[in-house]
Amino acid sequence: MEYLSIVFQEVYKILFLLVPVLVSVAMIVWLDRRVWAFVQKRQGPNVVGPFGLLQSLADALKYIFKEIIIPSSSNKVIFILAPIVTMTLALIAWAVIPFSATQVLADINVGILYLFAVSSLGVYGIIMGGWASNSKYPFLGAIRSAAQMVSYEVSIGVIIINVLLCVGSLNLNDIVIAQQNMWFVIPLFPMFVIFFISALAETNRPPFDLPEAEAELVAGYQTEYSGMMYAMFWLGEYANILLMCAMGAILFLGGWMSPIDVYPFTLIPGAIWLILKILLLFILFALVKAIVPRYRYDQLMRLGWKVFLPLSLTWVVLTASYLFYFKLLPVN
Amino acid sequence: MIAHAIFFYTFSIIAVVSAIMVTASKNTVHSVFFLILDFISISCLFIMIGAEFLGMIMLIVYVGAVAVLFLFVVMMLNVAQQKNQWFAGEQSSRHIPVGLIISTLIFFEIIIVIGGWKYKPEIFDINNSIAQTSISNTHSLGQILYTDYIHVFQISGMILLVAMVGAIVLTFRQRSGLKRQSYIKQISRERAEGVEVLEVQSNKGVKIDD
Repeated sequence: MEYLSIVFQEVYKILFLLVPVLVSVAMIVWLDRRVWAFVQKRQGPNVVGPFGLLQSLADALKYIFKEIIIPSSSNKVIFILAPIVTMTLALIAWAVIPFSATQVLADINVGILYLFAVSSLGVYGIIMGGWASNSKYPFLGAIRSAAQMVSYEVSIGVIIINVLLCVGSLNLNDIVIAQQNMWFVIPLFPMFVIFFISALAETNRPPFDLPEAEAELVAGYQTEYSGMMYAMFWLGEYANILLMCAMGAILFLGGWMSPIDVYPFTLIPGAIWLILKILLLFILFALVKAIVPRYRYDQLMRLGWKVFLPLSLTWVVLTASYLFYFKLLPVN
Repeated sequence: MIAHAIFFYTFSIIAVVSAIMVTASKNTVHSVFFLILDFISISCLFIMIGAEFLGMIMLIVYVGAVAVLFLFVVMMLNVAQQKNQWFAGEQSSRHIPVGLIISTLIFFEIIIVIGGWKYKPEIFDINNSIAQTSISNTHSLGQILYTDYIHVFQISGMILLVAMVGAIVLTFRQRSGLKRQSYIKQISRERAEGVEVLEVQSNKGVKIDD
């Protein structure tokens, strides 16, 4: 009985986290389309509900009622597993995101490594989908995305090392608290820019959306998917984007902490600040989508390996030497 | 304790079964997927014994990078439909004795190590500094790895680097007649170099590319 009550408590907590995440994923899709439209002087989805807020729900209903088509020559088990893997990985990562000093589902010692590991597993959903479809375009998309995500993970990892050097702990709450006096975006600004661009590449957002490049690959790895399975890929992708924004907010923008540590601002709960910071980063993501053209594949690889990796590695040396020379290394 | 046991047996059964399936499955790509499942369940086991850093690094390095490359290669080589004939093919039967010898050797090595560890723990000179419980295991790992074992650590890094350079040297070949793109050149092109406005007389045409 005791176990059961613990289990119920945890399930309640998980639902309390997951339902808002899923709802905000639906909202964020709407926001993305709206921002995109406004940049191009269009209206965007504005018919369903007030300001078109319910557009994503209408889309979801449409997807649910569409037929799921499984190609006869596909590898059926892996074909069905792929969107499930994408969705699950996008959601389990939220377990370690701290919404305030105490509001975190799992306050583990290696929180940032967990986030990094889960985001690096995200590539499997895409590879599995692309391979199991047994079709040329999805396969090409999967191969592209595998190479792309592995490349940009490297620079994200090195950027995380930069932040960890200043913090001295892998716990996400410690990372947030270490930014009490100054957000890391100020001393590590170049790293923030590189992190932002790598996050775009890691989540297959434009200008790095080569895995799905609709003009050449007819939507890449998700060509053969339809109905709810396609919607799951889609939701997983946006949940991943939100996660990357949350990661950026925690690593560089002070997480759940208020920007100014004075009375009226500290009253606002940490979750609100975190959400505002995630929204800020997400609007940047959406603007980038509207503004820049797609990269060519060799340029993408060059940017990842020949520009970002040396730059972020050099910055690790710089940060480490600075901290060592001025005796600022967090030692305990 | 019961919950702990349940989780332990779940993960270890998944690990063992998927390890068997790596060799037993007919489809090479399936083998790689089972290998990934094996890595994941072993990293879960690492986390269960409190080595959360090792578990996460296992996930990041093996599952996030190494297995992706495995998958990449296996998919590109198009060996997906190759049939794994168990002890049947004439060609493959020559490798069986060698494989058997090596696997028995490894099996006995494991038995010796585990048996010694279980019944004669004093043989293994375990440094006392490992068992510091006051700091997190990431800290203690770093404190040991970068102080007492720094040379071993550096040498292993060097070996990896040599392997990487070796692989590049082996596969690198100089190809002539390649047209390389220079970004600087492409960006710094002016309109005057690329575009020319000509008056074309009718029925005469104009010669380009000379």
